[in-house]
Amino acid sequence: MAIESMETNKGRELTAWKGIRVAVTGGTSGLGLALVRMLLDRGARVAFIARNRDRVERLVRERTHTRGITGDVSQEGDIYSIAIQILGTLGGLDVLINNASSLGPVPLAPLADTNCEDFELALQTNVLGPFRLTKALLGALAASAREGGRPLVVNICSDAAVSAYPNWGAYGASKAALHHMSGIWNAELASQGIQVISWDPGDMDTPLHAAAVPDADSSALKRPEDAARELISKITDLVSPVTEVTQ
Amino acid sequence: MISASVPLQRPAGARLLVVDSGGRIRDMLRSSFPTLLRFGDIVVANDAATLPASILGVHQRTGRSIEVRLAGSESVFHEDIRQFSAVVFGEGNYRTPTERRPSPPELRPGDTLQLGPLTATVLQLLGHPRFVMIRFEGPSASIWEGLARYGHPIQYAHTPTPLAVWDTWTPIAGPPVAFEPPSAGFALDWRTLDAIGRRGVHFVTITHAAGTSSTGDAELDARLPFDEPYQIPEATAQSIRSVQATGGRLIAIGTTVVRALEHAASVHGTIRETTGLATNKVGAAMELRVVDAIVSGTHETGTSHHQLLSAFVDRRTLAKMDEILHQHCYRTHEFGDSVFVEKSRDRAAWMEPVVFVTGHRDAEVLTKAISV
Repeated sequence: MAIESMETNKGRELTAWKGIRVAVTGGTSGLGLALVRMLLDRGARVAFIARNRDRVERLVRERTHTRGITGDVSQEGDIYSIAIQILGTLGGLDVLINNASSLGPVPLAPLADTNCEDFELALQTNVLGPFRLTKALLGALAASAREGGRPLVVNICSDAAVSAYPNWGAYGASKAALHHMSGIWNAELASQGIQVISWDPGDMDTPLHAAAVPDADSSALKRPEDAARELISKITDLVSPVTEVTQ
Repeated sequence: MISASVPLQRPAGARLLVVDSGGRIRDMLRSSFPTLLRFGDIVVANDAATLPASILGVHQRTGRSIEVRLAGSESVFHEDIRQFSAVVFGEGNYRTPTERRPSPPELRPGDTLQLGPLTATVLQLLGHPRFVMIRFEGPSASIWEGLARYGHPIQYAHTPTPLAVWDTWTPIAGPPVAFEPPSAGFALDWRTLDAIGRRGVHFVTITHAAGTSSTGDAELDARLPFDEPYQIPEATAQSIRSVQATGGRLIAIGTTVVRALEHAASVHGTIRETTGLATNKVGAAMELRVVDAIVSGTHETGTSHHQLLSAFVDRRTLAKMDEILHQHCYRTHEFGDSVFVEKSRDRAAWMEPVVFVTGHRDAEVLTKAISV
């Protein structure tokens, strides 16, 4: 029974994403990169955003059907340029995955030793960036709902949003804000048919984690591909059109 | 009227002059707009986002500086990002009123325009020395990036501070296909949309590539509005037909919605899912088939937007409305106040409009309370 259900889910994953328009921030490394590749494999139309032009162009060469956008979500002045390119190249939007993250100070530091500028960078990247980009794209997401889609915003969060880990102050506080903002967006946007969730992928073997915990045993960490698979499995039902159940 | 010179989409005191189907005129706060709607009505807005369609650059053959303002395109399909009609000015920027802007160098087919990172070729002149068809070179992703990063919103001298793209996007903006903002939609924040829904009023959108509103040349301005492509989604068409069947009113947010819906109705006889190129001019000579009321800016007499209102009300009502707008210092242009004009029940009968502008409860927020 359980196996049958898993297979049904997998089958749905292979069809549900066909033609769905997805934007992923932080798309050239870690979880973002894994999501871009897997969503493309499932037939989604994917635009990704990242800061480094060379890395963006390299991924576009690897996956020619994807749309790569060079931009920095922590920069207010980049947001509308990113939004125009997402909407221009995809022709609309169904799913936004706010994945790009900043640790704040690197190496990690106690709050008492954290520079205000590093804290601000964490807030700009992890809270204000997702807020601004979501706001700029709300019209397109609402249009998706009016046209029968089930638009979704996924904010990639962390257990540091709820647990008080020493040295993770800037990151944890900013992710706590992102997590709470997700819940409020979700409550407010229900009337427009837009869903907003936050999701904690767990500790992954990514460049961000390596910067935070340089001596971690990477073999004990979750592979970003596994986290991407989990997330896609979790949200497939959320983006699938509601179908009438016939008896 | 006075110019609204600050790019604030929804100032707290924004006003709405209301002309109902019986020709009665009153004013209210624009934020109270949902109270004008009745259960079973439908509100149709234009969800086009505005491109940063002003691009500074160089006319290669002469080496002279130019400003290119994209003015129109053939379709709202996102991959049609290559070919545009455009108005070209000589050196300078928006701070000089358009009518005083210098002409561009002589433009010839085949001329290259270097516009920052974008390269365009002049394909043909469109019956005027500063109005041309151009074609951008390169892959479409590069054109999108070039426009997004290098273009600026089209802007006029009445707004002195440089506009950011976010100043020009309505809250509901989606497909970036408009050349100037469909600014009647500035009034629609998400709170208003929720209020509309709670009244049992439908809200749907079309996408209409609103074109340029002024070229600085009287001969060219007389050709406005240029042809504008639009798309009516299936869900929108269905909702409109069901509201029509039950006798609800259709309220258009902005002139672009009127133009698109009336064009579609004239072509197809009904509103259905379609894409089209609006070539029509809406005015006194035209019978409205679909739209019952419009929310629009306060437009100066003689503009095409102003002429469009004469499809809704007779000449005398329109004149009375203009008089009140001027007397009571309504603010004009895209960041200004608004009007709500309902189609006259009997447009043929030239009744003296009854004016009973009410004492406004929130009169202190108005620039000047109306009393007639």
